[in-house]
Amino acid sequence: MNILVFADHINGQFKKTAFESVSYASRVAKSNNGICTAVVLGKMNDPAKLSGFGANKILEVPYDGKFSSNVYSSVLMELANRENAELVVVSHDLNGKSIAGLLAAKWGAGSVTGVVSMPEFHNDGMDVVKGVFSAKAYARYRIKSAKKVISVMPNAFPPEEVGGDANIESVNISIPADRIEVLSVERAEGKVPLPEADIVVSGGRGLKGPENWHLLEDLATTIGGVLACSRPVADVDWRPHNEHVGQTGIVIRPKLYIAVGISGAIQHLAGVNNSKVIVVINKDPEAPFYKAADYGVVGDLFEVVPRLNEALKKYLK
Amino acid sequence: MEVIVCISKSPDTTARIAFTDQNTKYDEQGVQFIMNPFDEFYALVRGVELQEKEGAQLTFLNVGPASNDIIIRKALAIGGNKAVRIDTEPKSAWDVAKQIASYLKDKTFDLVLFGKETIDYNGSEVGAMVAGILDLPFVSNASKLEFENGNFILNRDIEGGIEKIRVAAPCIISAAKGMAEQRIPNMRGIMMAKTKPLEVVPAVETEDLVELVSYSLPVEKSGVKLVDPENMDELVRLLSEEAKVI
Ligand SMILES: Cc1cc2nc3c(=O)[nH]c(=O)nc-3n(C[C@H](O)[C@H](O)[C@H](O)COP(=O)(O)OP(=O)(O)OC[C@H]3O[C@@H](n4cnc5c(N)ncnc54)[C@H](O)[C@@H]3O)c2cc1C
Ligand SMILES: Nc1ncnc2c1ncn2[C@@H]1O[C@H](COP(=O)(O)O)[C@@H](O)[C@H]1O
Repeated sequence: MNILVFADHINGQFKKTAFESVSYASRVAKSNNGICTAVVLGKMNDPAKLSGFGANKILEVPYDGKFSSNVYSSVLMELANRENAELVVVSHDLNGKSIAGLLAAKWGAGSVTGVVSMPEFHNDGMDVVKGVFSAKAYARYRIKSAKKVISVMPNAFPPEEVGGDANIESVNISIPADRIEVLSVERAEGKVPLPEADIVVSGGRGLKGPENWHLLEDLATTIGGVLACSRPVADVDWRPHNEHVGQTGIVIRPKLYIAVGISGAIQHLAGVNNSKVIVVINKDPEAPFYKAADYGVVGDLFEVVPRLNEALKKYLK
Repeated sequence: MEVIVCISKSPDTTARIAFTDQNTKYDEQGVQFIMNPFDEFYALVRGVELQEKEGAQLTFLNVGPASNDIIIRKALAIGGNKAVRIDTEPKSAWDVAKQIASYLKDKTFDLVLFGKETIDYNGSEVGAMVAGILDLPFVSNASKLEFENGNFILNRDIEGGIEKIRVAAPCIISAAKGMAEQRIPNMRGIMMAKTKPLEVVPAVETEDLVELVSYSLPVEKSGVKLVDPENMDELVRLLSEEAKVI
């Protein structure tokens, strides 16, 4: 089975999710005696990097526009047809999410988004598992159509370096006229996006006010983590909206989630309970978060957090 | 301006999640249903604001059974001119998208607004699929939407930032947090909703490309290990040696 995988980049640097998707797609291709073809749109600093993650072939599409779900999905569809691909893999990040459904509808493919399992093949289709009910359950779906599209959940499959020397081909393709115009892009430079972070340090109302966030900033700096927050904290503008995690915020699955002064309401847990390890710091031993935690520290965060920061500094030195 | 807001039903955010029929059906017993928060808080309210400011004609569209009428009436209590329900129990995102697209295909409209995702199936797919079927421009996760000189000016959320986008009508947009502020229906709205038209239209046949095999629940955590708040060296040791995450 041939697989086409979309490798997204920001200003010429691959996203971590690009390596994850390519790694995933190449594992599936390998176990099905197929070819894994990675697609890159626009100028890349080092497209060959993808062969290290198992791509058999890399297609470079000359393109100097900005991201457009309409253009990208059309290009992927055309290349999937040319490469005889049965399955197209994208990441379930913000660009991937806006491509998947469009591509599926235009191409006539069955699709499942937010996949957290390797596919399993049956006579009448391909099974994949995804989180449903905001991470409170899983659903196994069978895609029965010949053409298939999936988006793979960020941080669910660590990229695997396998080495390789894929050919890079520049493809000749006519780019469809775009009907959206990107006027400007604002992005915090050099910041790891929350859904890609391995370690997340998160704060809730227990911090009492934005002036106390330096405690979490220090901890995050020490441990190499990214900041997040509960919804009420973003609602009152203590923190920006793009740090709000949960059912109505961002869903994350880091290796380590440190929750400070957060009670652990079910809507909050929905965004974080797929984290590998959860540490809860809360002065209330009855806080619901302890039921979802691996490690707990019952105490006053204003004492515990600086102490943890010192202990980490000592350990990491 | 003609604006259509697609609204869906989802279990309450605190609903118990359980399954029946050998884990192939969501157990709806005792579950309270609400309007999907992304539809209610952002897409719907922005639609109502366009109705108020730009004099837009606002229609709410739902694919679902008669029991969804409560939710549709709630939407009408917040605003809008009328609602349409496509009468079927939705089978999948593809089914919903096909129903919506076949309803829209001979209508004129400037904007169809969706929520960024439903909180039950978390697909983020329906809006994109409708755009794909109808071949219309699609922008997802818009956290701001303005109407200027016949164009929509949007902020689209991207990882760690935003993109500012201009798109001409007609187009399909999915709404994220920030596009509007939640509104609570008032008494007058609730009374007015009763007299607004709610048209029920028959569904079309769709073929299923994807089938649910079964549901499962996550494995429960084995229990929290409490660490002495005076001894953070111990927590660091556990994270490093036992959990191996630092
Ligand atoms: C439709 C809907 C959707 C929602 N979506 C989300 C969502 O996506 N994300 C989300 O987070 N919430 C969401 N919520 C809100 C959620 O229900 C909770 O209200 C919210 O998560 C609580 O935030 P919190 O834990 O910061 O605050 P609180 O519940 O007030 O908890 C503060 C905690 O801090 C502790 N604390 C206080 N002082 C100290 C101290 N000195 N040291 C240590 N601990 C201390 C307290 O013991 C308490 O447990 C949603 C709610 C609804 C109705
Ligand atoms: N049954 C439905 N009727 C009308 N609109 C729907 C329905 N299901 C989903 N939608 C819309 O599609 C959006 C995305 O849904 P999903 O792809 O399931 O995450 C929702 O926020 C709604 O705006």
